[in-house]
Amino acid sequence: MSPASDNNSAANGVILSVDGLVKSFGDRLVLRGVTFEVQKGSAFTVLGPSGAGKSVLLKCLANIEQPDEGRIVFEGRSLDFRDREMRDAFRRRCSFLFQGNALFDSLTALQNVALPLEQTTPLSRGEIKSRAMEALGQLELHEHADHYPAMLSGGMQKRLALARAIVARPEMVFFDEPTSGLDPLRRNAVFTMIAKYQALFGFTALIVTHDVAEALAASSMVALLHKGEICFRGTPSDFAASANPVVASFRDSTDALRSTLAAVRRGEHIGEDEE
Amino acid sequence: MGLGEYAVFVGRSLAAAFHTRRLAGRTARAVYEQGFRCLPVILIVGTFTGLVLGLQGYYVLNRFGSEGLLGALVSLSLVREMAPVLAALMLVGQAGSALAAELGIQRNSEQIAALDTMGIDSCGYLVTPRLLSALLVYPAQTALFVAVGLWGGSLSGSLLLGVDPGLYWSAVERAVDSEDVRECLLKALTFGVLTVSICAYCGFNAHRTRSATGARAVSAATTKAVVVSSIAVLAADYVITSMLV
Repeated sequence: MSPASDNNSAANGVILSVDGLVKSFGDRLVLRGVTFEVQKGSAFTVLGPSGAGKSVLLKCLANIEQPDEGRIVFEGRSLDFRDREMRDAFRRRCSFLFQGNALFDSLTALQNVALPLEQTTPLSRGEIKSRAMEALGQLELHEHADHYPAMLSGGMQKRLALARAIVARPEMVFFDEPTSGLDPLRRNAVFTMIAKYQALFGFTALIVTHDVAEALAASSMVALLHKGEICFRGTPSDFAASANPVVASFRDSTDALRSTLAAVRRGEHIGEDEE
Repeated sequence: MGLGEYAVFVGRSLAAAFHTRRLAGRTARAVYEQGFRCLPVILIVGTFTGLVLGLQGYYVLNRFGSEGLLGALVSLSLVREMAPVLAALMLVGQAGSALAAELGIQRNSEQIAALDTMGIDSCGYLVTPRLLSALLVYPAQTALFVAVGLWGGSLSGSLLLGVDPGLYWSAVERAVDSEDVRECLLKALTFGVLTVSICAYCGFNAHRTRSATGARAVSAATTKAVVVSSIAVLAADYVITSMLV
């Protein structure tokens, strides 16, 4: 992509475009030229089985890992994370919600939420407190402002992490497996929360997950990452109707499990491949 | 992990003192952690070091009929060598190991990565306050170590073994000059920066431990921090002493 096409992408409402991203750890090639675009204001979900490279992709986008090759274009500007000014500017406009929340256990909920404002803005203490309390209130956590993360339930911790992610009013939020380890009800609650606050604050959401049903319901676009490559990209309805064998096997994994278990119960021999 | 990378880490942490916001509060907390919480161990070890120096010194000097020099022996041993080295080793054992473990756990639970993604300089936020605090705490703890050590020496020398207290304290006053104090402070400052930066570096890079992952990596990083810091204190002590004597 040339600078001119970067600008065209931005003009077409593309907030983030990833072009040919490659990342390996030693001899293990994890990302093999990942390419996709995310529209501003959308909820874009990258689906994929465990070990497909979803979290690595997100960490490359958030500059926690350095990609070996490829380009990341944000708002029409090709990012060079070695340029400190550009990196800091990008980080001020984006937030990252970690799989394990990454909350500071020695800080209260209020201090956790206030932290990005305290350290990156010239706001006064009073302004910081009022904005942090506002974010806690929006996520219905204002009564827990003085509680430490360990005193909160799993769902509350997730909301607290989201409050910290949105307090600096980012344009884009990266969600790394936001429902990992949660029961179905909590999974629904987390996706509802993302959709609700995305509508409220207007940020663009890039989510990586392996929860197909919830992701299809909550996203405007989905992509499937398989063996380090994007093998499908489209709307949730395209995904549901796709005849792509990789998409079908991932999407219909529950049906496949049902028929395999039925065969096991009937006493039929199941080969390793079928398993 | 190499020496060059360590030097960059220390340089980055020191440079962050100029651009990290709200550093004073975090530095005050680090002073509390390194200083106040380590007070008991400094007081106890300082007292016993003085007591033993008084005892050993008395019996050695007694052979030559020079018990009157007990104050000089205790004070010079403490000021020039024992107080900066032992205080630093005690601080490594208590505050340094805690720092390495805390940073290792923060690395494991992605708190350090979270700081980076928020645009917060993780070195500036986590390491710089501890380094600044070390510049204050190590000399102060060393001075305290000297004070209680001298008192311990006087306790064993004068109270238990009968050396005249006036003789003891006047020997102390005559023996210690400003160069000895300067050497003591230089050592304390050097050991402070060295040990805090080594412990922080080991904890900060706990995830890069090759032989272990997770909790074991934190444990390995903490052990490494204590061992390397202790060796660094003794090596730096030799270098400084050889340059100043």
